[in-house]
Order: sequence, then C-alpha cells, then structure tokens
Amino acid sequence: MSHASVPHDGHSSHADAGHADGHGHGSAEHSKYPFLAHHFETPVQQFDSAKLGMWLFLATEVLFFGALFVAYAVLRSRFPEVFSYGSHYLDTVMGGVNTCVLILSSLTMALGVYFAQRGKRIALVVCLWLTMAGAAGFLVIKYFEYSHKIHDNLVWGPSFYIPPHDAIGEAESVALAHAPAPAPAAVPAPVNSAPTGVPMIGARPAVDASVIKPASIGPGGLGAGVVNSASAVTFDVIPSQIPAAHLEDPNMPPNTHMFFAIYYAMTGLHGFHVIVGMVVIGMLIYRATRGDFGPNYFTPVDLVGLYWHIVDLVWIFLFPLFYLIH
Amino acid sequence: MTHSHSNTANEGHPLVGHLVPVSTLVATASALLVLTVITVAVRYIDIGEFNLWVAIGIAVVKAALVACFFMHLRWDRPFNLLVFIGCIIFVILMMAFSVLDTSQYRATQYTGNPPVAQETLDANAPGAPVARFKPELNP
Amino acid sequence: MTTIVSPRPEALDTSASTDNYLTFTKGFRSWALTLDHKRIGVMYMGAVLASFLVGGIFALLLRTELLTPGKTIVSADMYNQFFTLHGAIMVFLVIIPSIPAALGNFVLPIMLGAKDVAFPRLNLFSFYLWIGGAMFTLYSLAAGGFDTGWTFYTPYSTTTTTGGVIPVLTGVFILGFSSIFTGLNFIVTVHKLRPPGMTWFRMPLFLWALYATAIIQVLATPVLAITLCLLIVERLLNIGIFNPSMGGDPVLYQHFFWFYSHPAVYIMIVPAMGIISEIISVHSHRQIFGYRFIAFSSIAIAMFSFIVWGHHMFVSGQSGLMNTIFSLISFSVAIPSAVKTFNWTMTLYKGTISLTAPMMYGLSFLFLFTIGGLTGIHLATLNTDVHLHDTYFVVAHFHYVMMGSALIGMIGGLHHWWPKMTGRMYNEKTAIIASIIIFVGFNITFFTQFMLGSQGMPRRYYDYQPEFQIYHVISTIGSYIMAFGFFLCASCFVQSLLGGKKAPVNPWGGRSLEWQCSSPPPHDNFSSPPKVGNCYDFSMLRWDEKEQGYVVDKELEAKSIAAEARGHS
Ligand SMILES: [Cu+2]
Repeated sequence: MSHASVPHDGHSSHADAGHADGHGHGSAEHSKYPFLAHHFETPVQQFDSAKLGMWLFLATEVLFFGALFVAYAVLRSRFPEVFSYGSHYLDTVMGGVNTCVLILSSLTMALGVYFAQRGKRIALVVCLWLTMAGAAGFLVIKYFEYSHKIHDNLVWGPSFYIPPHDAIGEAESVALAHAPAPAPAAVPAPVNSAPTGVPMIGARPAVDASVIKPASIGPGGLGAGVVNSASAVTFDVIPSQIPAAHLEDPNMPPNTHMFFAIYYAMTGLHGFHVIVGMVVIGMLIYRATRGDFGPNYFTPVDLVGLYWHIVDLVWIFLFPLFYLIH
Repeated sequence: MTHSHSNTANEGHPLVGHLVPVSTLVATASALLVLTVITVAVRYIDIGEFNLWVAIGIAVVKAALVACFFMHLRWDRPFNLLVFIGCIIFVILMMAFSVLDTSQYRATQYTGNPPVAQETLDANAPGAPVARFKPELNP
Repeated sequence: MTTIVSPRPEALDTSASTDNYLTFTKGFRSWALTLDHKRIGVMYMGAVLASFLVGGIFALLLRTELLTPGKTIVSADMYNQFFTLHGAIMVFLVIIPSIPAALGNFVLPIMLGAKDVAFPRLNLFSFYLWIGGAMFTLYSLAAGGFDTGWTFYTPYSTTTTTGGVIPVLTGVFILGFSSIFTGLNFIVTVHKLRPPGMTWFRMPLFLWALYATAIIQVLATPVLAITLCLLIVERLLNIGIFNPSMGGDPVLYQHFFWFYSHPAVYIMIVPAMGIISEIISVHSHRQIFGYRFIAFSSIAIAMFSFIVWGHHMFVSGQSGLMNTIFSLISFSVAIPSAVKTFNWTMTLYKGTISLTAPMMYGLSFLFLFTIGGLTGIHLATLNTDVHLHDTYFVVAHFHYVMMGSALIGMIGGLHHWWPKMTGRMYNEKTAIIASIIIFVGFNITFFTQFMLGSQGMPRRYYDYQPEFQIYHVISTIGSYIMAFGFFLCASCFVQSLLGGKKAPVNPWGGRSLEWQCSSPPPHDNFSSPPKVGNCYDFSMLRWDEKEQGYVVDKELEAKSIAAEARGHS
C-alpha cells in the first residue's frame, strides 16, 4: 500500500503484510475483526482513514473559527482602543478558571483514549464522565459571565447604548430624592457632546445627564491612552458591578459595542461547540459503558478526543485575545 | 461486542494508534496550566505592542502542546500534521490580506460613534457622558 | 512495473445482469437508505438535473423579460427575484454538486479500484443534507422570495424586506456542509483506499481533478458557512459586524464571501477539466500529453485560487494597494489553466479522433473555455475592470466559464459515463446534433453579451436603452435555441433508458478501471483489488464487432508489455 505519508514506527508493517500476500487475506481480516467495514482491507487502513477524515473535519473547524478570527483581527486593527478598553469589562478570573477547566477536561479526555487503548473499561468511563463534568462546568461559568453582562447591557448592537432598567430606576429615584448635582469636576467635558433635550424615542423616562452617576468607578483612562488621572482606577474594580457603568464613562471610545459583538459571536460559537461536545461525549459514555471499546477498536473515543482538544485549542486563543488585552 | 486483550495489543505496540503514557499526558497538562498562569501575569506588565505578541506566542506554544501530545500528532501520520498546519496557513493568509486591506483605509473611518449607535444613545441616555470623539489612534 | 490488464472473467460477463448495482436490491428503501456510492451518485444526478431544469426555466423567463425595454412579462421586483433564484439555484444546487457529488460519486471509487468511498454513511448523509438545503431554498420562495442576488451582499441582504432571505441562507449553509462532506470523503478515499499498484501517478486525471476540488471544498466552504451564519445573526439579532451604520465593515463581508466564492469557481471548473482530460484522451485514442503537468496544474489552481479573491472587489471600496496585489496574483491563475489547454490540444494533435457525443462536448469545452478564460484576463486587469465591472461583459465571462465550461464538461461526462451508469447506449446521432445546437445557441446567447457589456449595459438591470435592444433580442433567441438543444439531449437520454441498446463493457476504448467492470458495474465494484496499469496507454485495445465495444487484444498487450519492459531496462 503506497501511503503518501511515510509510515511510522512498527505498525505499518501490518498494512504492508495485509496487502502483500494476496487479497484473499481481506476476508480473513474481516472474520478476525468484526468491526472492520467491508470496504476496508485491514484495521490499520480503517483506523487511518477515520483519523484522516477527522483531521480534515478539524481543518474545516479551524477555517470556520478562522473566519471569525479574521473578523476579530480586522475589527481590532480598526479599533485598537476599543479592544483594550472593552477587555476590562471581562472577568479575567472567570476566564482563567474556565481555561483551567478546559485544559483539565482535555487531560481527562486524553487519559480516556489511553484507557480505551489499554482496554480499561471502568477507567475509560470515569474519564469520560470527568470530561463531561468539565464541559458542564465550563458552560455554567460561561452562563454566569453572560448573564452578568446581559444584565448590565454589555451587549452587541444598539442595545449597548440603552441604560439597563436598573440604572433607569435608580436614576429616577435619585432624581426624585435630590436636586440635580453638578457633575464632578474630575470628569472632563466630552468634546462634541450631544445637545441635551433630544426628543425621546419610546416611553423611557428622561434621564438628565446630571443624575447619571459619575464615572469614577468605570475603567476610565484605561482605554485609548487618554489617561484621566482623577478617575483612573485599577483593574481590580469590576466596572460592570454598577449597571450601565459603561454609559457613564466619558472615556469609553466610540464603537465599543463592536468589541462585544465579536466577543459574543466567537465565545457563542465556541460555547455551541462545547454543547455539541457534551452530546458526543454522552454517546461515547453510553457505548463505553456497554463495553464497545478495546485495544483493537477505540476509534470513536480517539475521534471525539480530537474534537474535544480542538475545542480546547480554540479557547486557548480566545482567552488571551479577549480577556487579557493590556 | 467485547475484545480480548490479546497479544496483538501489548503495551507500546498496539494494533492501531499510539499509546501515550499517562506521565506524558499529565506533564502536558501541567505545562499548559503553568503557561496559563504566565499569560495572565504578562497581561499586567506593560510592554506596549509586545503584550499582544507575547500573548499570541504563549497561546501558540500551548496549542502546539495540545496538538502534539493530547492529539497524538507527534506520532501520527505526517499527512495529518500537514492538514492541520495547512489549514492554519490558509487562515493566516486570509487574515493577512484582509487586515492589510483594512489598514489602508483606516484614515477614512468614522471619527465618532456610528449613526445607529449614536441615535440610540441620544434617544435613551441623552446626557450620558460617554465620549463622542475619536481618540488618537495608537501610533 | 508490468502492466497486466486482464479484466476478471466475471467482469466481462455482461449477461450476469442480476449482479449489477441497479438490480442488486429492489424497492424504495433499498435506494433511500443505500450506502452504495453508485446509487448515491445516480440520485445526486437526478436531483441536480431537476434543479438544472428549474434554474433553466428561470433563465428563459429572464431572457424573455429582457426582449423589450421596460416591462415585457413580469414586474421589476419579480425580475429581481428571478435572477437571484436563477443564480442561487444554478450555483449552489446545480454546478457545485454536479460533477463532484453526482459524477464523482459514481466514478471515483471505481476509477480508483476501491469498493466504495471511505465513509459511505457520511456520503448518504451529505446527499440528504443536499436535499435539506434544496428544501430550504424552495421554502424561501414560499416565505416571500429573496432579491439579494446570489452574492447576498451586505448591507442590502441584511435590510431587504423580502422574507425568504433567512431560509435561503440556511439552505445554502446546509448545502455547504453537503459539499464539505463530499470533499472530505474524496480526499480520504484517494489517500487510503488506493489498491496496490494504483500509485499517485497512475491515477486518471479526473481523480487528480476531484482531489484538487476536494481540497478547495474542505478549506473554502467553512468560511462561507460562518459568513452566512453571521448574516443570519445579523438579520435576527442585529449584531452589526457587517453593518456600516453600526460601525461594521461591509467590505469584510465581501472578503469572506469571495474567500469562498472565488475558490468555488474552481470547485465548478476543475472537475470539468478532469472530465475533459479523460474525454480528450480516450476519444482521440492517444496517450494524454503532459500527464504530470495536468495533474500538478490542478493542484496549483486549487492553491492559487485562495489568494486571488480580491479581484471581485476592485470597485467595492477595497484599498488601492490590495487591488494592485490581487490583480497581479489573478494573472498567475491563467498559467495552470493555459498549461491544461495546451496539453489537451497537444493530445488531439495526431490523435485518432472519434467524433463521438462526449468528444463533441469536449471540443465545445476547449473552444468555450478558451474564450471564458481569456476574457477573465480582461477582468483581472485593474483599469479595464473598472470599466467592465458589473456589466454584461462579466455576465458573459462567467457564463462561458461556469456554463460553457463547467456544465458542458458535466454534460460531456454524463455522455461519457452514461453507458456505464445505465448499461444502455443512447442514439449517438441525436446526441451529436443536440451538442451542436447547444454549442451554437450558447455562443449566440453569450457572445452578444460581451458586446452589450463592453458598450456599458449593466448587469441585473430590468430596463435598458433602446439601442441595446437588438443585442438582447439576439441573446434571447440564442437562449431558446440552447433550450431546444438541452431538450433534445434530454429526450435522447430518455429514449436510451426506455429502449437503448445494451452497452458493452468498454464502448469508447477507455483504459481506466471503470471500463473493466461490467456496464452497469456490480454491487461492490471489485471483489478483490484490481490490477492497475497505465490508464492512458490505449495501444492494446481493438474494436470488437461482436462485443460492439473495445476489448484487450492479447497480441497487442504482449507487445505493449514488452515495449514497457524495454523502456524500463
Ligand atoms: Cu474570481
């Protein structure tokens, strides 16, 4: 058999042996290995085909995500200040924990392949359950991240510029209780500020500029090199704890919503892949419990493993590109 | 169906695939965790533009570790490695051309919020003190 | 290596018709759930031809509407939907799957000497994905149609109020995955299922072409998929990545779209080139000229196709620097295409040309592809393109390539492998007349459009200046002639199915492996891996009157083996 690739270590000899001594051998192989499909001659051929097929599928996954990485690069090169500003709204601790969770679940998946190869059924099932737990944990943490952001209206599109209901309610009560106070002097007057008293669309109550809380807690001065010494804060303060903090920050660069658009697009697609991963790992658990896999036949475990590692691999890039922008 | 643990699959020489020892896998995961800590730490050091490249560099090393050891590429058919590297090259190609194009018309882009964003802002939070100017682009 | 070509006895025995793939099992389920690549190929072929009929009807409606300026038969809005549908159906439902999925599925494993493709279930799955995608596309009509053009350019596609946009985007998304899985299957099959003796450079050139195509399918289509996803999300959730009024970048959409759709042009044309390599060589009974050049030029086209996409965006706001770079690289694609054309011409030179129906289509291809390819150079030239962009010149150019080359190649291939697929011959005379009518009608239709375009008639317009009318009338008449030719061709096939002569094992004198198994082939192609020889060495074949086909002559074979042995020593 003339593989395009150079055969490696010992087991290619099986393939050559399978072909060299005539082709009646095929049926002998088939009775010896019940899992061998009729159109393959040897288990090695079947295994190699499955692996190559999976790698090609992973190539399509790489390009699938790749296009979004290109969108990321284009947007980031257009709005560098937006990305370094927006990044500080993301929770590095949660992102970091999620990275570790995925790495550990990748480890348990790789161990699962190992135990499948060794024919250790119980260990394989345990590893798969651990992987499943990792995937679920990742999604739970992701859920908390998303819900915090959506609560604070840190979202894509025009909604990004609508104060959340909490903020409006708060502003109203403040307005009722106190006379309007002048904005803190530390906040520089925005250049080219919009005229107040613009007609309202919809039935939202008018919110006067003066009653929206000053941006002293927002991540002022962190973006775009426009350092405002008075309102500059450290990263430790999570600005999103204050609803609509982003609308109160005079240093928020234009187009910040684009950061969140690409953030949700990429992490959302990744999250979808995690869900798909849980489904296929679930199917593996069923088959592994039944005892389908052994030293000669563990292809599905291996392929799902490859898929799961590529999901991990994508996250390895997403994490620094979104959470860790200086 | 069950498979006999016959002599066709004695350790180190399985019928198909490559057996990667547990110690290697655990070592790989440990290295990945250490690199994660490093990449988080680097974030807090200001080295200008290099922050991005260091972050990407560490991510590439981590990705290589995952691909070589978890995904068995180190022992796999070379063509599978070629497929993997090839598709990454095509992504880089697409990225290079698109970013090169974008960088050409950076000067003509908006100097403020785009229309729909600004309209929504004016309608819902007319006095919000967010910036309405285009900050200086990083040189 | 010796070349021993002795078709196995059971393969020669055409009377054993009980064991052919068509009659192997019976009933609807045996087809609907089949894992046999041949049946899947035949089902694809039926589905593709049905879509071709629908797309063709829209084309005729368009041409009829353009007979007079202003309204002829339909309103302007209707016209917009018609050309969009014509484009989307012809590109995504017809041309892209026509050769790889329909003909390729049938031919590839047999040519290779394999029992099936590497993943038969995935193969069936991708057929049903195709059906699903087609259903969504049909549903989009019921949901209000779409008038975006087949390119779905933003921001129009995200703001238009026609209701069928999301269904058709979903449909094309699904069709994309059908295409990806076919390509994936073919790459693995070619890599892992080659029998002993079938080295890379013994593979027929059609396999090289399908392999190159599969690379493009696997690498380019995912980008289209994610782009369409983003469009759907844009329409549903207003995410704004392509929306300029939200700070997004519509040029980015075009980068994404053409990163797929330029290579997609080669998904259409490269397999047709592979078919032509087979047809030209087999029907002129002459060793293909420059085998390795043709093989590598397929791969070269596949690779180059990924770095020229910007030539579709010269007037879309792409930067001047990129315009220049893309224009330059685009010229380079002409080199591998020209290499092929020269090699085909050299194969014909001093060949024993049989003017069979497949050969007629092969010669049509040579003529039409040369025109289509050379006008592509006009359009790749930056300053010429600024004048010609979005005119009928472009329409004529890509019809010469996509229809005059890709589809004509497909129809030629269908004639070439029809006896193998159905076990029946068709009326050669009618088929040849049909091919001539199609060729003439095609040129009348589209050559006039080159003139229209160079005089400034923009594409996709409903109305036009009176001075353009004469060209439009000629073009429309040409399209009717062409339609007549296709109906003649179809009737020829129907006639063949109903009462055609029994096809011999080898009606044309081909040497690749599919001409060694019976017509139609048995269920599992080869019970044991076949012996492989040089598939372009026709010296040992002679016409046999009793068989009504070509057979291997023992004397000539011995001579040929001796000659090859001398050559090796
Ligand atoms: Cu193009």
